Amino acid sequence: MLIKFRKASDAHESEVTPKELFLNRRSFMAVAAAAGGTALLPAFPNDARAAFTNLKKNPKFQTLEKPTTLDGITSHNNFYEFGTGKTDPKKNAHTLKPRPWSVEISGHAAKTGTFDLDDILKPHQLEERIYRLRCVEAWSMVIPWVGFPLGDLIKRFEPTSKAKYVAFETLVDTEQMPKQKLPILDWPYVEGLRMDEAMHPLAILAVGIYGDDMPNQNGAPIRLVVPWKYGYKSIKSVVRINFVEKQPPTTWNIQAPGEYGFYSNVNPNRDHPRWSQARERRITGEGGFKALIAPKIETKMFNGYDDVASLYTGMDLIRNH
Amino acid sequence: MNTKTSRRIFKPLVFIASLLPFAYLLYALYSDTVLGTKLLTDDPVQKFDRELGDWTLIFIIITLSVRPLADILKKRELIAYRRMLGLFAFFYGVLHVSSYVGLNLQLELAEFVKDVVKRPFITVGIVAFTAMAALAATSTKGMIKRMGGRAWTRLHWLIYPIAVLGVVHFYMMIRADFSRPVIYGSIIFVLLAYRYVVKLRRDGKRKRREADAAAA
Repeated sequence: MLIKFRKASDAHESEVTPKELFLNRRSFMAVAAAAGGTALLPAFPNDARAAFTNLKKNPKFQTLEKPTTLDGITSHNNFYEFGTGKTDPKKNAHTLKPRPWSVEISGHAAKTGTFDLDDILKPHQLEERIYRLRCVEAWSMVIPWVGFPLGDLIKRFEPTSKAKYVAFETLVDTEQMPKQKLPILDWPYVEGLRMDEAMHPLAILAVGIYGDDMPNQNGAPIRLVVPWKYGYKSIKSVVRINFVEKQPPTTWNIQAPGEYGFYSNVNPNRDHPRWSQARERRITGEGGFKALIAPKIETKMFNGYDDVASLYTGMDLIRNH
Repeated sequence: MNTKTSRRIFKPLVFIASLLPFAYLLYALYSDTVLGTKLLTDDPVQKFDRELGDWTLIFIIITLSVRPLADILKKRELIAYRRMLGLFAFFYGVLHVSSYVGLNLQLELAEFVKDVVKRPFITVGIVAFTAMAALAATSTKGMIKRMGGRAWTRLHWLIYPIAVLGVVHFYMMIRADFSRPVIYGSIIFVLLAYRYVVKLRRDGKRKRREADAAAA
């Protein structure tokens, strides 16, 4: 029996991995090597479910920050299809049926059509990435996603030179998403990225959290995660990916154009008209008095993901917010 | 039971009932901290802000409803509860502002000043709150005497614009699902309409009386 003594500085490691996702040294090295290259990861013949069992942690996207607990991540959600209260999605999202699920790929691409989600996922090697998520409402979480690079999927469908943007759509189904009966937002929820943003290695499609299937309230079965942008850009329960030539409409921009722009990059220097974006409250999953008085933390440009800065060279990010 | 005894019994009851929302928040904080529940959600700061703002508006509405209720039920003695209810509206208003400045802004006063100047929904809220403070400060019998009935009535008429500003403040804070502020706003509209109709009738009666007197 191996008895491991932990140093104080090791503490975070166990918190990063509450669900045991231990790797053997060999697969760790393999991922480390793959992460060094830019090529598509080799296709794995196993199905998506099996991939969850030998999930690789991408060593480039681990963090010393303490991840939000699973309870925190699944209890505090903005998902208006299930109600506008933060605790509504957890209560109401049981009506969503994440399988069978099909995704339509359309627009300016060589390969288009409607595909079963599991067929779409098949060639992709899932990995765990721990990202910060910064909500426009000045709170944030740290989330261990399970997913794969969006760019890898885009390449498979061979977008043409006319595909300048990628537009996404959430499911519309008042049976599965009952609050869509109310005109809260202009359904379906739509989002979009510029092609170079979508191809950036940080942008992923996520199918799980903490090494398990995506909970319904977090956007099952498949959602976008763009960690350098405010949370509402990371559209949930995606049913359509459309390659388009012109900048597509986006839901919150339609709702309040002066407040929510197309880019929506996390930017502490550009206040929301109704509040400052300089700092954020970290949702840890621990409530009560501690959460009530926890000091706020400084918000970083691009949510701390400086790699993306080159996407916006020469752009006025206050005007193009 | 005469009015005096019933008042002696009911006043403490109304007082305690008015404290219940606050007591619940304290209990929820205790429970979340010690028992690990999530009654205040994962973001208790926002929960405090919202709940306390809600209760401020609700007590403003209750205060405004006292007069119509007394008229309709023909129970003049209900008016005796109005000052206490109004002061509770201010009490929740103070807690709401404290929660915003203390917990949300964490006492960054520069940030607060910037908010008041730059953000219209905060400006509206603070104007309403300041007016409410003036009403609270002049709510004593001594102040009514010192100001004189007419001036005092004129000042306390401000509760109507305060109610409207409160709802506008709430409405401006939201970008989707306006149901709550719309409900509060509708109730306040009905209460204002009631007052207006009463005033029109009174004015009409007075004019008729004056006309009668002139004719005689």
